[in-house]
Amino acid sequence: MSSTLTVNGAEHERILASYPKIFERGFMQRWGLLLVSAVVVIYLAFCFAFFNVIPTFVNGNWDRASVYVQDWYSWRAQPRLRFQNGQVVPQWTSRGQYRPGADISWLKPGVGGSSYTVTFGSHDDRLEVTPERVDVFIDGTFYPVVITPEKASLPAGAPDRMEQDGNKVNVYFGFAGQVEIRSSQVYIQRRFLGWANFFFDTQSPFWGRSFGEVAGLMLFGERLDPNQSNASLALDNFLNNATWQHGDILSKLMQTLVMAFVGTLLGTLFAFPLSFIAARNITRNRTANWFMKRLFDFLRSIDMLIWALFFTRAFGPGPIPGIAAIFFTDTGALGKVYAEALENVDDKQREGVKSVGAAPINVQRYGVVPQVLPIFISQSLYFWESNTRSATVIGAVGAGGIGLKLLESMKTNADWDKVAYMVLLILIVVFLFDNMSNALRSRVMGKRGH
Amino acid sequence: MAHVAAPDRMSGLQESSRTILDHYQAQVQTRRIYTVVCIVVFLIVLGASLDFANDANSGKFFERLPYFFDFIKSFVPNGPLEIFRAMFDLPSPYADGSIKFDYTSDRVYITDSFYIPYFFYELAITVNIALVSTILGAGGAFLLCFFASSNLVGSRMVRWGVRRVMEIMRAFPEIVIAGLLAAILSIGPIAAIIAISFHTVGALGKLFFEVIENADMRPDEGLRASGASWLERVRFAILPQVLPNFVSYTLLRAEINVRASTIIGAVGGGGIGEAFSLSIGRDHAAKTYAIIILLLITVICVDQFSAWLRRRLIGKQSFEFGRGAA
Repeated sequence: MSSTLTVNGAEHERILASYPKIFERGFMQRWGLLLVSAVVVIYLAFCFAFFNVIPTFVNGNWDRASVYVQDWYSWRAQPRLRFQNGQVVPQWTSRGQYRPGADISWLKPGVGGSSYTVTFGSHDDRLEVTPERVDVFIDGTFYPVVITPEKASLPAGAPDRMEQDGNKVNVYFGFAGQVEIRSSQVYIQRRFLGWANFFFDTQSPFWGRSFGEVAGLMLFGERLDPNQSNASLALDNFLNNATWQHGDILSKLMQTLVMAFVGTLLGTLFAFPLSFIAARNITRNRTANWFMKRLFDFLRSIDMLIWALFFTRAFGPGPIPGIAAIFFTDTGALGKVYAEALENVDDKQREGVKSVGAAPINVQRYGVVPQVLPIFISQSLYFWESNTRSATVIGAVGAGGIGLKLLESMKTNADWDKVAYMVLLILIVVFLFDNMSNALRSRVMGKRGH
Repeated sequence: MAHVAAPDRMSGLQESSRTILDHYQAQVQTRRIYTVVCIVVFLIVLGASLDFANDANSGKFFERLPYFFDFIKSFVPNGPLEIFRAMFDLPSPYADGSIKFDYTSDRVYITDSFYIPYFFYELAITVNIALVSTILGAGGAFLLCFFASSNLVGSRMVRWGVRRVMEIMRAFPEIVIAGLLAAILSIGPIAAIIAISFHTVGALGKLFFEVIENADMRPDEGLRASGASWLERVRFAILPQVLPNFVSYTLLRAEINVRASTIIGAVGGGGIGEAFSLSIGRDHAAKTYAIIILLLITVICVDQFSAWLRRRLIGKQSFEFGRGAA
């Protein structure tokens, strides 16, 4: 701090003498922070070694990492151009994003079917594929890759973006894609921003149409399917989209939400009466208090994971184990919180109700509940909020819902776009519910906040 | 309670008092109707949700209920000693060559003769994952939180940005980060650490900046008057006030993270969670109960220790819920 005040020696002594507590600090006060920091640093260093951080990072598949991350917001078309009897034949996987025979702007057949032109973004970056030779154009410069039955060979003077890899030649076009030229085929990966066929899959009559066209068809067009209106056909096609599985994902998301909602609600309903037994000032029976509190501790301390796996073994995967897991842990946690709130109530209101001769149940109803109800509701809303999040993870261990769907999609390592879609849905839902519960809480608690 | 007074007593009231009473009773009436409507709507939603959950489940609740008790009955180890043996990796008298009773081969040898029982080792991994990610997360939250609080940062843009970043970190499903990293770094504890730290930054960041916003600004004013820079004000005016609360929230988070790291472990992050999900899936009763007991003890110990530390740090008002009631 810039010291503009000047203190002479005598003044200095006087201040020191009159405020000894401020200037003479204990050992822990003076060095505590430093000591704790040192311990933390040593601990982190130990864990760094214990968890083999460096070897794990060195051995990571970093080349795959960029592909996975790009898959979140873009998609790949992966045709193979096979050389068969002097012809070039495109072959798509089952995951193909185009209809058979569709007119693809970046993959144009040449005359006679013996060649194909593949463009990567601009006319300067393209391939001219024939069974004998693949002409690679990078930034307008031409590099011929000659193909023999044994191998494809890199031309002399090729840039860094082309490399010989055993018998094949790899060409990299950056984000737009990459190509493997082999002796029998050319394997193309062409990448585009966005999610392919998000609304309608290739089987749908709406596929490949613009928004305006689809809207026009739904509102005024002739029925594509005589049995149902275009709007219901579109909705059906959307929900049953084979690649994106909107219907399935939305129903799984609903399951997760139901798990959190029902679990928290049941927990609240059970914890409410039990907390009255656990509260010392309400139930004047030490044994009952003690047993109820230990029951809460037991329910709370057994992990949600254990309950979830246990009920999954019993009831099979689905929302029921999720509900049961949340219900059991939350009964414990909410019961504890409720009992603490009850033990802190103002006794005067209870006495007032008692003094007019109310029955015991009415004493609780009118003397206690109005004091604690806002706290109870606000705590339950907090738990609901956090359970909406944890239900996703609980789902992944087997309780079903969007968590399991996420885990399945991640295990294929090819559905990262779907993972991104589900994450987006989860984020939206969590924000929505957070705001909803915040609004409800501030209504219940008034200006006091939490 | 007796909201409705007897009519003969009401007749003694003055005209104005009677109007007030009528209004009051009308309000009570509407309130009751609202309450009943709310309860009915609630029950309908609850019923529909339960029905939906039952439909979506692979086993139906009432069909499976009898088997549920069968499952509990069949899931009994061969005596309490067996749990003890599974816990400490001692040879079992029931050993028949199957992994169900094979406890000894999992031992983690430190020296030739001294070993750590497998479940203790896995438990240590889980607890360490939780601790490391709490420390890393708290560090991240500490760096971010000052930029999110309205009493320290004037720029709305910065505040808004930092708060949104925290919200996304908080809401982002942990298993996705763990899964993505597991695909890159191979399955293991590091994916779990990064995933949990990421979430912790968001969760603690929010609590931290709320603490800062509730701080007393008079020390800050004093420092500002003497010409202190922003960093000095934060260090000498704000930090001493908020640090105990920060530590307390971090300890609370550590409790939560022990549970989180168990769960992430079950999804493939390693540690005791994975061991548990394997053993319950394979019907190894003794091992399962051994893990449950270990986890129970751990969670209770961590909770008690952190509660004790929190009480020491900030005294009686250590975030016990419901204090606001009095």
